[in-house]
Amino acid sequence: MTPGEGGTARDIFHLGGQPGEPAAMPAEAEISRPPSGFELGADRVFRRCTLTVAWLTVLLVFWVVVSIGRQAMPSIRSYGLSFLAGTAWDANRAQFGILPAIVGTLYSSILGLAIGTAFGLAIAIFLSEGFLSSGLDRLLGYMRLSEYSWLHSLPGRVENLLRITVELLAAIPSVVYGLWGIFVVIPFIRPPAAWLNSHLGWIPFFGTNLSGPGLLPASIVLAIMVLPTISAISRDALVAVPPKLREAAFGIGATRWEAILGIFVPTAATGIFGAIILGFGRALGETMALAMLAGNANVISWSLFSPANTLAALLANHFPEADKIEVGALMYASLVLLLITLVVNIVGTVILQRADAGLKGLR
Amino acid sequence: MRIVRGMLALGGAALMGLILATPNGRSGLGSGVAIGAGTITLQGSGATFPAPLYQKWFTEYNKAHPDIEINYQALGSGAGIKQFQQNLVDFGASDAAMTDEEIAAVKQGVVLLPMTAGAIVLSYNLLNGPSELKLSREAYVGIFLGKITQWDDPAIAKSNPGVRLPSLKIQPVVRSDGSGTTFVFTSHLSAVSDAWKNGPGAGKSVNFPAAVAGKGNAGVTALIKETPGAIGYVEYGYAMQTKIPMVALQNKSGSYVKADLTSGKDALASVQLPANLRAWITDPTGAQSYPIVTYTWLLCYKKYSDPDKAAAIKSVVQYGLTQGQSFSVDLGYIPLPPNVVDAVSKALAQIS
Repeated sequence: MTPGEGGTARDIFHLGGQPGEPAAMPAEAEISRPPSGFELGADRVFRRCTLTVAWLTVLLVFWVVVSIGRQAMPSIRSYGLSFLAGTAWDANRAQFGILPAIVGTLYSSILGLAIGTAFGLAIAIFLSEGFLSSGLDRLLGYMRLSEYSWLHSLPGRVENLLRITVELLAAIPSVVYGLWGIFVVIPFIRPPAAWLNSHLGWIPFFGTNLSGPGLLPASIVLAIMVLPTISAISRDALVAVPPKLREAAFGIGATRWEAILGIFVPTAATGIFGAIILGFGRALGETMALAMLAGNANVISWSLFSPANTLAALLANHFPEADKIEVGALMYASLVLLLITLVVNIVGTVILQRADAGLKGLR
Repeated sequence: MRIVRGMLALGGAALMGLILATPNGRSGLGSGVAIGAGTITLQGSGATFPAPLYQKWFTEYNKAHPDIEINYQALGSGAGIKQFQQNLVDFGASDAAMTDEEIAAVKQGVVLLPMTAGAIVLSYNLLNGPSELKLSREAYVGIFLGKITQWDDPAIAKSNPGVRLPSLKIQPVVRSDGSGTTFVFTSHLSAVSDAWKNGPGAGKSVNFPAAVAGKGNAGVTALIKETPGAIGYVEYGYAMQTKIPMVALQNKSGSYVKADLTSGKDALASVQLPANLRAWITDPTGAQSYPIVTYTWLLCYKKYSDPDKAAAIKSVVQYGLTQGQSFSVDLGYIPLPPNVVDAVSKALAQIS
């Protein structure tokens, strides 16, 4: 907002109101009078408040980065870049390295995101492209029930129900996901994992046996956790595809799938990509479920079944009992995590801007 | 929209950072609210290991003395020591007592009071496997060093004649969070094996080779239960209540002993407490001693600014030493030997 805006608003009010004329209807007169000094003042105060709060948020980020950085400084000085390349976390010998945690964080997040995106996008397409109502139409046609119009509101309701159910997944606490992972997901995927390991063990992804916690169960649970984010935002983006594009697509004779995959999804790609970036952010920072499922072992392996460690889990596990030197190292690790998240978000924003600019003509 | 998204992301990063930057433990410290006039509230925090027993004591004590309320937060030994040093609490609790260095950092002086003792057991998961398992010292050290990787290894078979051991990979399970339990377990392994001492060593969190890790006793127990071939260390009380099988361990004199009340008492009796009441029982010598046993300590200041608080703490400790000991067995702890009770009662005089 510019400082001149208050003045503009007053001008508009002036035009709308007719000062001086006796009011036939008191309500109208009250609406059309110019804003009082108090209202203008309140307006200004409100604007200042929002501005202050907005800047405070930005300041908060800097404050966090600076305070973490200050505590991390001794450890950055003494370990330097070898901290990023080291593979052992041994508080006893003051040896700290977070390479396995970095690799594990990225591996589990990307894998979880890939699974989550596949399902999330499918859900978004299903919920936005009227699959339910077309299916119902056909069903009603077969059953000769088409004339009952109240049935036609059914698909919308079912779609709503499905959407809300998927979004409810976001409300489940992460520790519950962790427990569910230990007691349901791990036993469930153990037999197929054992089969893959014994028959296809030469492929690096299946190179080790799944003993219990590991990357795959962690990624599966992570996928479920990012699913609501991805499906909700992707669905919004698909719904927002301009109607003229839809009509044009079908007008030139595209089949439904051609229209969806060739036109709607690419048009909504900006929003879908935004959804994926948000999901990535959530996956990178997820702590509790991963601390319970990833195995917390400093191992670097291609294998999906190998235990791993993540930065957030490392921090959560070691903070409560850490001594001064270890706290410094943990601060360093959290700085690295912050940096990774920041880079992901910046790259995401830049790509979004590019994609947005390319689509401007369509809007 | 884009800006909003960017802000959201930044905000998320900030929030995460904030959570991480919170000085550990402090967020979990509830402040005691005095209810009526004359009510004394004692704040304590520390070890999770004796927490069930302490909670029991404090509620029972409060029933008898409604004017004294005790709040105990089971945050872990390290957090307990830290908060105790920073004067955030009235007393702390630790499974690893306190080092001389840590004691020196407390101006008011420190009294270490062993209040109870417990054993740490190895629990395992062998589907349709033996209900009784014996592990020699080489075997359990070898397993946690990652040198013995199969359940049918000769080192395990030797001490279990007649037991059919499956050809299954051993999966060691350890604590992912720093913990007094890990300290006691690794101190024992260091005392038993030079390879361990010069390898991972002893500490509240060590670099375990070849292990997966769960958070807390509950996390470790869950992993053991869900992983065929797993073996891990948990507190005796916890294993007893969750009914997972426990290994009989070979002690210093060579016999295989299961953790129970008698073998635990035997282990305590084999160690004489020094004047400062701090002794780690890394490898008890008795013939029937269970090898991994520890005292757990309350940390009190020598001087309290509030005389009422000092009196209240003395009274609570005295209660724990006398009536309190009777709850120990049910909850899986080992009652203190009478000579230790006497020594602790005498040490109480240092508090003022």
